[in-house]
Amino acid sequence: MKIVVCVKYVPDAQAERTFEQDLTTDRTSVDGLLSELDEYAVEEALKLVEAAEGEVVVLTMGPEQATDAVRKALQMGAHSGVHVLDDAIAGSDAPATSLVLAKAVEKIGGADLVLTGMASTDGTMSVVPAMMAERLGLPQVTMASELGVENGAVTIRRDGDASTETITAQLPALVSVTDQINEPRYPSFKGIMAAKKKPLETWSLADLGVDAGEVGQGAAWTTVESFTARPPREAGQVVQDEGEGGARLAEFLVSKKFV
Amino acid sequence: MAEVLVLVDHVDGAVRKTTSELLTIARRLGEPSAVFIGAGYDRAAAVLAEFGAEKVYTVDDDQVTRYLVAPKAEVLAQLVQQTSPAAVLIPSNTEGKEIAARLSIKTSSGLITDAVDVQAGEGGPVTTQSVFAGSYTVQAKVTQGTPIITVKPNSATPEAVNSSPSTEAVTITLSAAATQAEVTDRKPRERSGRPELNEAAIVVSGGRGTNGDFAAVEAFADSLGAAVGASRAAVDAGWYPHANQVGQTGKQVSPQLYVAAGISGAIQHRAGMQTSKMIVAVNKDEEAPIFELVDFGVVGDLFSVLPQATDAVEKSKG
Ligand SMILES: Cc1cc2nc3c(=O)[nH]c(=O)nc-3n(C[C@H](O)[C@H](O)[C@H](O)COP(=O)(O)OP(=O)(O)OC[C@H]3O[C@@H](n4cnc5c(N)ncnc54)[C@H](O)[C@@H]3O)c2cc1C
Ligand SMILES: Nc1ncnc2c1ncn2[C@@H]1O[C@H](COP(=O)(O)O)[C@@H](O)[C@H]1O
Repeated sequence: MKIVVCVKYVPDAQAERTFEQDLTTDRTSVDGLLSELDEYAVEEALKLVEAAEGEVVVLTMGPEQATDAVRKALQMGAHSGVHVLDDAIAGSDAPATSLVLAKAVEKIGGADLVLTGMASTDGTMSVVPAMMAERLGLPQVTMASELGVENGAVTIRRDGDASTETITAQLPALVSVTDQINEPRYPSFKGIMAAKKKPLETWSLADLGVDAGEVGQGAAWTTVESFTARPPREAGQVVQDEGEGGARLAEFLVSKKFV
Repeated sequence: MAEVLVLVDHVDGAVRKTTSELLTIARRLGEPSAVFIGAGYDRAAAVLAEFGAEKVYTVDDDQVTRYLVAPKAEVLAQLVQQTSPAAVLIPSNTEGKEIAARLSIKTSSGLITDAVDVQAGEGGPVTTQSVFAGSYTVQAKVTQGTPIITVKPNSATPEAVNSSPSTEAVTITLSAAATQAEVTDRKPRERSGRPELNEAAIVVSGGRGTNGDFAAVEAFADSLGAAVGASRAAVDAGWYPHANQVGQTGKQVSPQLYVAAGISGAIQHRAGMQTSKMIVAVNKDEEAPIFELVDFGVVGDLFSVLPQATDAVEKSKG
């Protein structure tokens, strides 16, 4: 089985600071700037190939440093990586991101499963997986909290708003996984050493046959008109419970007409 | 005036409150046309009329509900083609966002998710979203194609304006690509009898501090007619169902009042409740970050504070 896992590099507020102050250490890559929610997708891919056999290819689109996200997945045990890197990509919206990722999945070729996380931890739009399925013409099997592959078909449990659903589709399929599905592993020392020798390719938009005019901020289908910082919340009233805390809480709620 | 398509959120014809909000918003932008997919339209018709649908497109076809998401996107794509609407409004839940995502690609149209407000503007709707865990507000606009906007619950006060919509039954031939992911089983969620987390005016949530005992949290919630939420720590421990999780990977709620009991206020939890109008916390650690957000906080043990508050609330209701 061949599995492509899409992982996103997200700037973690704390990790970024250490990263900018000390470019020479590779501590940041060990700490991982891989979106936490994509670790579940990597873990699920590794479990699937360990149970049967196959290979896991990690795919990211993003700036120079996004290599760290791929590297972390390789340390966890993925076999090879692809990083789509191009100056024109900066500022891409979800439709453009899904276009680039879909083209890269096609170029990688032969994927039985394309796995993604449930949302990017920086943007949390949760739309790229559905967009990729649409573009690739693959069955969309999203928000899996449980996943099994048998006889060339994938079956998942999806906890919807009103019901819990079982979804089944023939492979190849696109599957996104939630944080309920597994417990991602930490890279072992052996894994970290092995990752250094694993193949990691960098592709440009030209390699994918994507026109630079189709991506980036200029090609976005939406625009931000204005931006305002929310006024900071006014400091509230905090009382110590000295036997009447509950009563005071109730008084507050009555005064605000919640009762 | 151009039509504005509103995807109706319902369970077997029981229409969710978000739909009346979306219809209210749609009226600002054009003529609301409700799109009702699935069985049970008879039950839904009155509500859609009450909140001003001028037209209702109905699609009652097993094929559309038997496969995940993709068929609904095809229905909307067909209606977008047919009606050239001023906008498409879709509820901002998991399925809604996925439908919107596919529709965006199908129609090469800009997509805005998680709007908390939508107003008519020059050259199309202007949306408001709350970003970076509620610390910034952004106004945005779609610049290509038909504006596709997913709207969060509680983004408008539903206004009743009785209309008598015309209905049009839509027939659709689904593509092979849309009929690949089959829903082979569907178990309705057990109803707690409490309001829906997404829609409730008041939410009372419990965390690790409950130590597995949600009785005090539930009793307080019931005294206020509130929905019950939980932190991921409480869900992971198996104390409360995942469907009730509030936060980045659970539900994002913005009620009039949010009460956090025994919850520390981690960034991922905040992502799901920070836009609540009023926030109250009960926590025995006065250093807990949740207190940075509160309008009112009690430093104390939830097992004594909540029961006392419950009694006091019950008494003042008389
Ligand atoms: C990728 C990712 C996604 C996540 N998504 C979510 C999410 O969607 N939602 C979410 O909630 N979390 C999420 N988390 C987890 C989050 O980081 C926190 O771990 C979690 O919110 C902590 O839950 P808690 O506040 O209940 O527990 P704790 O942080 O352990 O806090 C418990 C609090 O209870 C107080 N307390 C203890 N006993 C009492 C008592 N008797 N009376 C009063 N107070 C008491 C303590 O002082 C403490 O402040 C996510 C984490 C990751 C990595
Ligand atoms: N730039 C990217 N590179 C690789 N994968 C991505 C990228 N953006 C989004 N994804 C994938 O799509 C999922 C959902 O992202 P989003 O729709 O942005 O919330 C993520 O969990 C990733 O698996």
